[in-house]
Amino acid sequence: MIRFQNILAGLILVAAPFLLRASAEENNQDAVGSFLRELPVEVHGFYEIRSGYRLQKDKYEKDMSVMESRLQIDLASYLDWADLKVKGDVIGDMVEEQADFDLREANIFTRPADFMDLKVGRQILTWGTGDLLFINDLFPKDWNSFFIGRDTEYLKAPSDAAKVSLFGDIVNLDIVYTPQFDLDRFINGERISYWNSNLGRLAGRDAIMGTDKPNRWFRDNEIAVRLYKNIDNYELAFYGYRGYWKSPGGQNIARNQAIFPDLNVYGTSVLGAVGKGIGNFEFGYYESDDDQSGKDPLINNSELRFLAGYTQEVGRDFTAGFQYYVEYMLDYGRHKDSMPVGLDRDRDRHVTTVRLTKLLMNQNLRCSLFTYYSPSDKDVYMRPNINYKATDNLALETGANVFFGDYPGTFFAQFQNNTNIYVALRYSF
Amino acid sequence: MTKYMTIVLILLVFALSSLAAEPKSAVQKVPDIDTITNKANMMAYYQGMDGKAKVTMTITNKQGQKREREFIILRKDVNDGGDQKYFVYFERPADVRRMVYMVHKHTGLQKDDDRWLYLPALDLVKRIATGDKRTSFIGSDFLYEDVSGRSLAEDTHELIETTEQYFVIKNVPIKADTVEFGYYNVSIDRKNFVPMKMEYFDKQGKPYRIIESKKVEIIQGFPTVVTSEVTDLKTGGKTEMAFSDVKYDINLGDDIFTERYLRKPPREAMR
Repeated sequence: MIRFQNILAGLILVAAPFLLRASAEENNQDAVGSFLRELPVEVHGFYEIRSGYRLQKDKYEKDMSVMESRLQIDLASYLDWADLKVKGDVIGDMVEEQADFDLREANIFTRPADFMDLKVGRQILTWGTGDLLFINDLFPKDWNSFFIGRDTEYLKAPSDAAKVSLFGDIVNLDIVYTPQFDLDRFINGERISYWNSNLGRLAGRDAIMGTDKPNRWFRDNEIAVRLYKNIDNYELAFYGYRGYWKSPGGQNIARNQAIFPDLNVYGTSVLGAVGKGIGNFEFGYYESDDDQSGKDPLINNSELRFLAGYTQEVGRDFTAGFQYYVEYMLDYGRHKDSMPVGLDRDRDRHVTTVRLTKLLMNQNLRCSLFTYYSPSDKDVYMRPNINYKATDNLALETGANVFFGDYPGTFFAQFQNNTNIYVALRYSF
Repeated sequence: MTKYMTIVLILLVFALSSLAAEPKSAVQKVPDIDTITNKANMMAYYQGMDGKAKVTMTITNKQGQKREREFIILRKDVNDGGDQKYFVYFERPADVRRMVYMVHKHTGLQKDDDRWLYLPALDLVKRIATGDKRTSFIGSDFLYEDVSGRSLAEDTHELIETTEQYFVIKNVPIKADTVEFGYYNVSIDRKNFVPMKMEYFDKQGKPYRIIESKKVEIIQGFPTVVTSEVTDLKTGGKTEMAFSDVKYDINLGDDIFTERYLRKPPREAMR
C-alpha cells in the first residue's frame, strides 16, 4: 500500500511542471512559435515522466528502479556548409536524488567532398546486424538505462569522436576515432544489484565497483572501422576495432578495482532477404590483447562470437524475429587451470532471442516482447512493452524487465532482484 | 540498289500508316485496355524520371479525432513503368521526426521490395522484413500499395463502361487469396488518363473503400493529383493526402537511395 502511495506521490510531483507547462503553452504558443521561426534553429524534444518499481525486495538497492522527469531539447541548425546539432536531457532523478544533465549529441556534420562525410563531436553511433545483441558494434552502451526500463534510445550512450565516411564505387569505408576511451555505462551496483564474484554473493550499493579506466587523451584512444558494400541489396561488411573491453574485462586485485584491458576485434557480417524475411549473420574475433595466452585469471580470455538471425512478418502488422548467439572462449584449458575450482566459467555461452511485435488500433498501439534465453546459463531476461500514442504528441507506455534463472551468478540471473515494472508518459514537441 | 529501294519503301509505308492514324485519335476511338491501364499507371506513379513532393496526411477516425503526418517524398524511376526507388523523410508528428523510410520497389512478381528504416536517436539502420503490401501506410487509411502502386500484372483488367468523361476498368486479382478485396473499379479520365476514382468491393461484392482524386493540377506539364482522399466505409475512417512543392525531373542521384543518405538525408529531402 505504501509503495502505491509512493508511486502516486512521485507521479504527481514530476507531473506538476508538465501540467503547468501545458496550460501556459495554450496562451503563449503563437508568440513563442513566431519567435522560434525567426531563428535559423529548429527546436524539438520531449518532456517525459517515468516511474518504476522493483517487484521484490532487493536488500542492496532502493525499491524505486526509476523515478524521473526528463526534458530533452533538440536543437538543429542547417547552414550552407554544415549541419550543427545539440541534443541534451535535463533529468530530475529521484532514485539518485539529484538533478542531472546528459548531453546526448553536440556535433558538426559536413560533406567536404562528393566522396566524403565528416561528423565531429558528441554523437550516437551504431553499426552491425544484431537486434539488441552486439558483436562488432563497440560503441558505448548504457546497460543501466536498458535494465531499468528507459526508452531503448538510451541503450546507446554517446561517443566523443570523429567519424569519417568515404564512399567509393567499389566499397565504402567508415573510420571512427575516439581520442579518449568511451566506456559503457556498465552495471556497477549503483542502480542495479549484481553478482560480485570476489564477495561470492549479490552486491549493490554496499559494494559499488571501483574502476581504473584508461583515460589519457590521444593515448588511451579507440579506433573502429567498417568496410562495407551493398551487392544487390545484400549488405556485406568487415569490421575492425582497436581499444578496450567496454565493460570491465578484468580486475586489479591489489587495488580492488575493475579494469578495462586492451581489446582488438576483427569481424564480418552479411544481411539480406532470405525467403519472405530478412536474415543476418555476424562474426567477431575478440582478441584480449593483455592476455594473449589466456593464462591470466584476472583478465578476460579471447573469444569468438557468432550471431545468426531471421525476421519475418507473420501476420498483419505482426513481426517475429529470432536470433542465436554464441560466445566461444579460446584457451579454455588455460582458463580452467588458472581459476580456483568452482570459479571457472563454461567454455561457451549460448543465447537465443525472440522478438514479437504487434501493432493495433491503426498502429497507435504497439505491443512487443523481447526475450533473451540462455540454454547454457539457464537464465532468462524478458522485456514486455506496451506503447500507446494517445495523440500525435502524447504517448503512454508501460513495461517490465524480468530476470530469472537457475544459478545466482549467471549473466541475466544475477539481476533477478532487479525485476521491475514501469510506466511512462511522454509529450513530444 | 534494290536494298536501298526496300528501305525507302518501308519508310514510306511507316509514314503513311502514321498519317492514317492521325484522324483515328481525332474521332476519340476507344484505345485498347492495355493502353488505358498502362497510361493510367504511368500517370499515377511514373511522371517524369524522378520527383519530389511534400505530403501532408490528415487521418480522421469515426469519432472525428484527427492525426497528422507530414513527410517529404523523393522518387526515382529505375526504368519507366518498372522498378522505382522511394525516400521518405518524416517531419511530423514529433516522435517520428527525422526518421527515414526507404524502398527499392521491384515490379517483378518474383521479387519482393527492399525496405529500410532509419532511427536517428539510435543511429540505427534497420532492414524491414517485406510485409503484406495491403497493410496501412503509417497508420493511415492508405495502404502501402496505394502509395507505391500495384503491379498491373497482378490483376486482369476489363473495360466495363465508357462514359463521356471516364473509362471505367474492372480489375480482378489473379491470386484472390493474397488480397482482402474481391475486385476494384477504376474511373480513368479520358482526356489525360489520370485515375479519378478507385472503388474497392469485398469478396461479397459490397463496396467498402473509395479513393478519390479531389484536385488535379498541371505541374511542369504533368497532370498531377495534388489532393486525394480515401474513405473506409467499414471503419468510418478517412485520410486526406495533400501534395505541395511538387517538382519533376530534378535529377536525383542514384546514391541518394543508399545507406549514406539514409543516415544523413540530402538537403533535397529536407526542404
